[in-house]
Amino acid sequence: MTSRIPNIFNKNKSKNKKTFISYLVCGDPSKDITLSAMHTMSKSGVDIIELGIPFTDPIADGPTIQKSIDRSLKNNTSLRDVISVVKEFRKDNNDTAVVLMGYMNPVHKMGIDKFAKQINDTGVDGVLIVDSPPEESVMLNKYLTKYKKSHIYLASPTTTDQRMKNISKMSSGYVYYVTIKGITGSQLSNVSSIRKNVNKIKKYSNNNLPVAVGFGIKDSSSAQKMAAFSDGIIIGSSIVELIHKYSNNEKKMNSKLSTYISSISNVI
Amino acid sequence: MKRKINLKNYPSKSGHFDAFGGVYVSETLIHPLRELFSAYKKYATSASFKKTLNSQLKDYVGRPTPIYYAESLSKQLGSSHIYLKREDLNHTGAHKINNALGQALLAKKMGKTRIIAETGAGQHGVATATACARLNLKCVVYMGEEDINRQSVNVYRMKLLGAEVVSVNSGTKTLKDALNEALRDWVTNVDDTHYIIGSVAGPHPYPMIVRDFQSVIGYEARNQFKKEYKCLPDYLVACVGGGSNAIGLFHPFLNDKVKIVGVEAGGSGIKSGKHAAPLSAGSPGVLHGNRTYIMEDENGQIKNTHSISAGLDYPGVGPEHSWLKDLKRVEYTAVTDDEALDAFFTLTQNEGIIPALETAHALAYAFQLAKKLKNKKILLNLSGRGDKDIDTIAKLKNIKL
Repeated sequence: MTSRIPNIFNKNKSKNKKTFISYLVCGDPSKDITLSAMHTMSKSGVDIIELGIPFTDPIADGPTIQKSIDRSLKNNTSLRDVISVVKEFRKDNNDTAVVLMGYMNPVHKMGIDKFAKQINDTGVDGVLIVDSPPEESVMLNKYLTKYKKSHIYLASPTTTDQRMKNISKMSSGYVYYVTIKGITGSQLSNVSSIRKNVNKIKKYSNNNLPVAVGFGIKDSSSAQKMAAFSDGIIIGSSIVELIHKYSNNEKKMNSKLSTYISSISNVI
Repeated sequence: MKRKINLKNYPSKSGHFDAFGGVYVSETLIHPLRELFSAYKKYATSASFKKTLNSQLKDYVGRPTPIYYAESLSKQLGSSHIYLKREDLNHTGAHKINNALGQALLAKKMGKTRIIAETGAGQHGVATATACARLNLKCVVYMGEEDINRQSVNVYRMKLLGAEVVSVNSGTKTLKDALNEALRDWVTNVDDTHYIIGSVAGPHPYPMIVRDFQSVIGYEARNQFKKEYKCLPDYLVACVGGGSNAIGLFHPFLNDKVKIVGVEAGGSGIKSGKHAAPLSAGSPGVLHGNRTYIMEDENGQIKNTHSISAGLDYPGVGPEHSWLKDLKRVEYTAVTDDEALDAFFTLTQNEGIIPALETAHALAYAFQLAKKLKNKKILLNLSGRGDKDIDTIAKLKNIKL
């Protein structure tokens, strides 16, 4: 079915709210806990879940997410498992969008055509492959377009204007603006230049494509700051950390997660 | 009539060797890679840059390196002749300095003040630390914890040269993880930092830049061989980890009628699964910014590798090698740890040359070839010297140094 993402942004916009996107690694510490956390997050205010596909060599990720991926790989969590978690999630949730986020090789191994078909069958809404910029993802883009899925690309502080134009053309769903030069879990800085670049990307897409910002957002104050000029905010490392900290007590994890997500959702 | 393609004209503008290579990196690195490409085209091809580099290669590195005819060993093996391109005689003891010096000079031209590098056996780390000491650049080397343990002498050499050696304890704690960590550093410090990749791996333009700087090996060898023996060799043999010494020798010969063989690390044997031979037993995939043959499991996770030699202990390989394999222009094979060790002792005891354990893989295959063939000329890239491996060898023999 068609990606839920455009509707989510539109609906939030009409309510003057910003879209809340969260990231977690699938299978850390288990598929059941991931599923449980996904439901808690969507009930507490998350609109879109980026579900991380574990990969042995996550070159864009900082230590927090690396360790989470390592824990997941200890359980041999595969791309097939990630897709099966979404299938399970869809049994009880038809509103929250799910984006599969990860690195190229597991998708390459499965085969791009097979991957696209499987995600279509299981209710995934979009895909973000970190190490596959527009130039290297023509085939993936073709298949995702065919199945009406969102293909999310990254833009970063080093992206030139010409590329920003191109990225806003190729992207669907939203553009993920990486706020810093660096890896996930780094510190946020230079708000005015982030704002400038976010506005630029919006301009290039004639305001047709939402821009969400991620990397470095940790709490309600940084979330609020970023939400002021973007269409959505993305939180990853802090959520991954929180799930890890309380994962041996599912009930406590869900209550902590719920409190944290609400505290962000209420201010954006 | 089928038009002959010029194999030396690759990669394409987009960095592809047909289906291999490319730029599989996150968006933040795209611009710095393009900047690097432009700077490389602007400076490295200029006459003044070439003049500086060549004079450094001559006076500082000690090029040209000789070709040595291993006569007595050849005679023991049969009627074929083994010639050694003595890259071990370069300053710092391996071919790695050809690229490290070239890229460090390029970094200077680009106004970068900080250099990072990854290293497996430590040879590339030492070469980079050396070039940085010489050119007054800050140097940080990423090295897997396991490699730090097996190459302690090189670690100390790097420190003496003023480099900071960062121990990498993520993943398998070897070369592949050192490369991950270096990429993470680069993405964080792109403004003042140049990343000197040590092999023909990584995203475009690295496989091309490293190959070009290493091609001095092959161009020299081709001229030397023609001058001395009035012909070209029948065979070229080199070891392949990432594949920089191999491509350096092979590339200038690609359009010639010369048989070419790359030798991978067979570890405990291909069948055992404990090896580092993606071209012999892997499949095409995406790792470290390019599409190439890799060692992966059925879910696309990168597999652990095994080799006695830290420099070959890598689950990927330069994309140009993958391309040359599929074109069948180069034959790739593997020898085991034990075969490499035998070759290590054979060369040491018969010719008085202690080879690096990496190089010993190429030697093992060349010896097999020499036994099999009649009257053929085999040119082998003696890519590095074995001083760094003395500890490993002694340990295997239960000798305490």
